[in-house]
Amino acid sequence: MDKKEILRLKRIATNIRKNILRATCAAGSGHPGGSLSIADIMTYLYFKEMNIDPKDPRNPDRDRFVMSKGHCAPVLYATLAERGFFPKEDLITLRKTTSYLEGHPNMKSTPGVDMSTGSLAQGLSTAVGMALAGKLDGKNYRVFVGMGDGELEEGLVWEAAMAAAHYKLDNLICFVDYNGLQIDGKITEVMNPEPIADKFTAFGWYVQSIDAHDFNQIEQAVENAKKQKGRPNMIVAHSIKGKGVSFMENQPGWHGVAPKPEECERGLAELDAYLASLDAEEQAL
Amino acid sequence: MANIATRQAYGEALAEFGADERIVVLDADLSKSTKTDLFKKKYPERHFNMGIAEAGMMCTAAGLASCGKIVFASSFAVFAAGRAFEMIRNSICYPNFNVKIGATHAGISVGEDGASHQAIEDIALMRSLPNMSIISPCDAVSTRFAVKAAIEKEGPVYLRFGRLAVPQIYDENATFEFGKGVLLRDGTDVTIIANGLMVQYALEAAKILEEQDISARVIDIHTIKPIDRDIILKAAKETGCIVTAEEHSVVGGLGSAVAEVVCSEYPVPVKMVGIQDQFGKSGNPYELLKMYGLTAENIAAKAIEAMQML
Repeated sequence: MDKKEILRLKRIATNIRKNILRATCAAGSGHPGGSLSIADIMTYLYFKEMNIDPKDPRNPDRDRFVMSKGHCAPVLYATLAERGFFPKEDLITLRKTTSYLEGHPNMKSTPGVDMSTGSLAQGLSTAVGMALAGKLDGKNYRVFVGMGDGELEEGLVWEAAMAAAHYKLDNLICFVDYNGLQIDGKITEVMNPEPIADKFTAFGWYVQSIDAHDFNQIEQAVENAKKQKGRPNMIVAHSIKGKGVSFMENQPGWHGVAPKPEECERGLAELDAYLASLDAEEQAL
Repeated sequence: MANIATRQAYGEALAEFGADERIVVLDADLSKSTKTDLFKKKYPERHFNMGIAEAGMMCTAAGLASCGKIVFASSFAVFAAGRAFEMIRNSICYPNFNVKIGATHAGISVGEDGASHQAIEDIALMRSLPNMSIISPCDAVSTRFAVKAAIEKEGPVYLRFGRLAVPQIYDENATFEFGKGVLLRDGTDVTIIANGLMVQYALEAAKILEEQDISARVIDIHTIKPIDRDIILKAAKETGCIVTAEEHSVVGGLGSAVAEVVCSEYPVPVKMVGIQDQFGKSGNPYELLKMYGLTAENIAAKAIEAMQML
């Protein structure tokens, strides 16, 4: 990927991050931490990788994305709006009774949402069904999944992991957003799911580990995954919870707490300063 | 006519209607017992064993349905409705997917396997879920209808089948309507409303009552949800009292569903024959049915009690 392309993606990801702050702040609740940590992966998938059309969100041949960690709806909505599935102005209606943007993704109400999620691990398991349907119908779409690291504590993950390998679902590409934190603290202290990569390898998956905030690494991992035959793909993406907003980074407290208006303004100012630095970088090219 | 278990008729109906390429069948290592192996023999490419993993099976079914498939996911009722309840709630009913749950081995007539395997609360669980429909057929003929109705009905459907071979209640040419009860026998003094295995005993109970000059109406409510309010209210108005008979807990099952209808629109006495808020146990199925009062004699006795309340 050339520098200009990386700058384009960084700019989009930063705008998505800004809308995560705005939406959760307006809602007064929601999950900014894990939304910010997976924002670069979402940007890559929706703006570089996936075969999707905002004007035809139910096309049977499209690539699918399942937000298995459904509490990170804010990043999914911000990404979909940025991509043109619905107006960005609507993002601040998040979690309101009059809104189509539910606290957790509802495919029936929100254009572009491929699966209703919110109960952890069910997203990965439904993605297994989507990938199986693709194989059955001889279609060449891919099913992408965004998971949390704490989510790996759910037993259903391992039922799905077994099934995906058993049915050789190489059209399934899953990311674990490995930010190391869950609501009650460090994942290694709450209920250690390590060694994550070894576990999925043992279950028969092709596993790669990357930096979740490096677009070149994301691209390389997805390209490697697309070449795999007969094995599902797990990309363990090492990330920073709250990425991009200094006072939210690596703080478990920001898992499920919305920024207050003054905190939102501080965060937006930081992200705007980052956008300005990207402009400067572009001019220097 | 030989007795046939509804689970056997389920497998046969799946095989019969299986030519529809949208149909995909999932099982959780019980395909020889749930009889989905009959579908597998004809359409092996559309039958997937998910292993002993009912939660994963239900979510996989949801994913397949999201891609246009009509999915039948089968296991024993206790695991299908019980273990995978929250997957059915969040991944199947909430998005209103075309997943049909073929739940076999329901009720205490599972017999010797005992309480751990006897689902007596599955209807209560499934009835509480928005978008879910429930059909509990009583014989092979109505089972064939139930499978066909499930294929045609948009959205999730819970199909409840038994392990035990049961007599044929309906003529081969009988017609059914989804959501409509069947008047099996007319009567004026009391109405017996039953489903599943208990329909045969409801008809026997009507004969016992006839010997005592009591005219009992018998209705088969094969579709518990949506329930046929009209046939129930008509019975309440015309016979004045009701007995329900089900192979399920009286908490939240057919009896509760009937009581909900009459108490809100035309209150009449409702007596409930069913499992009285307790677990089953191991034993011969017919001995268990007697032990828990799931008999024609008990239905007849409750009918008289209901009449005495008037």
